[in-house]
Amino acid sequence: MIGVVDYKAGNLKSVDSALSHLGAEFLISDKPEELLRCDKMIFPGVGEAKSAMEVLKSSGLGQAVREFALSGKPLLGICLGAQIVFDSSEERQTECLGIIPGKVKRFSSQMGLKVPHMGWNTIEHNNINLFKGVKQNSSFYFVHSYYIEAQSQGNIAASCEYGLNFTAAAVKDNILACQFHPEKSGEAGLQLLDNFLKLY
Amino acid sequence: MFQKRIVVCLDVKEGRCTKGIKFKDNIDVGDPVEMAAKYYRDGADELVFYDITASHEKRGIMIDVVRKVAEQIFIPFSVGGGISTLDDIKDVILAGAEKISVNSSAVKNPSIIEEGASLFGSQCIVLGMDAAADPSMPSGYRVFINGGRKAMDLDALAWAKQAEKLGAGEIVLNSIDADGMKTGYELNLTKMISESVGIPLVASGGAGVPSHLTDVFKKGSADAALIASMVHFGDYTVADIKKHLNRERIAVRM
Repeated sequence: MIGVVDYKAGNLKSVDSALSHLGAEFLISDKPEELLRCDKMIFPGVGEAKSAMEVLKSSGLGQAVREFALSGKPLLGICLGAQIVFDSSEERQTECLGIIPGKVKRFSSQMGLKVPHMGWNTIEHNNINLFKGVKQNSSFYFVHSYYIEAQSQGNIAASCEYGLNFTAAAVKDNILACQFHPEKSGEAGLQLLDNFLKLY
Repeated sequence: MFQKRIVVCLDVKEGRCTKGIKFKDNIDVGDPVEMAAKYYRDGADELVFYDITASHEKRGIMIDVVRKVAEQIFIPFSVGGGISTLDDIKDVILAGAEKISVNSSAVKNPSIIEEGASLFGSQCIVLGMDAAADPSMPSGYRVFINGGRKAMDLDALAWAKQAEKLGAGEIVLNSIDADGMKTGYELNLTKMISESVGIPLVASGGAGVPSHLTDVFKKGSADAALIASMVHFGDYTVADIKKHLNRERIAVRM
């Protein structure tokens, strides 16, 4: 059973649709004890880091995500969920969960690029199981104004270029994080989610 | 490499897709859910649904379409048309749309952009703008509302900048002069607005052949191009258009 963390950060309908399409057994829950009983966790999220962290703290869901990560069971953070597993975010100077070492920084509009980074971009990945069957330079759908800078090269599972090179996906033991939206990235995204379901 | 997006637009009236010329003479072109699935398979990067249902009572039909589309297609899509309150935004987003677009309602009440963005994030709020050439306006283009029928005392460039400030995450810019004419996008207007804002711009209106998309990306500085008639009537497929763009060395998702 996969637990999808519902902490009121954006819409879970697309994650719900993609998991249903793949035939996954899952539940969407805002109850820490229910989520901690699951075998895998998906930690999605769209929105702003500070208010998301406030909800995570007051609801006990942040603690549940941290506990789940420590338990060694597979966890996949998506978009804001991926950013929040890092140490901190420049978005309103937010202290995050600190599960993977690194920072979340804002794209500078001075680079002459439009912010948010919204649309399809290619990634280069390092062939971990999450990307099994996903070709190099496959396109994924991104929507974000802040990007992940993993502290250790060893935690970078995929990278992407948008004015600068940033961490598109990260891995640390049982913890996976992707900045893009696999649930909105067509067949490549479904492949990635299917890999998470079957290979972890 | 960051890629230009091909956005397929579906006008939906009471649960069916239609296509009009210059906003008039709508003809039925199919079931929106089936068409969405087809364009998804063909490689569309994004879809836009415009609800042109006249009556408020039939809005529920659109929500049902949104829900079904969200269950079957795994690319982003937005919904516009008749969205004027936060509750309208909420209904559409919770049914599974990635973004909503506001057009006439935002001109009448700009705070809908601000309120929508603070509730769901800027990435969810798209400004749809219908503009036509008018030499008497400072930028040379005037904003129209109500499906292009009502001229407003509002400059297109000024409105785009204001909407960005209010928190819009993207602009879909439709040229009334070019819409349905198949003679190409309005490059001058597109370039001017796209280069004056820091948010992505989707060009709309006028695409008839693949080279029109090449032009709007190379000369019009658009981040995405919206197409409708070109693909609805079987003249081209999304894959044909992408092959063309790829040959022209424009980065697209293949």
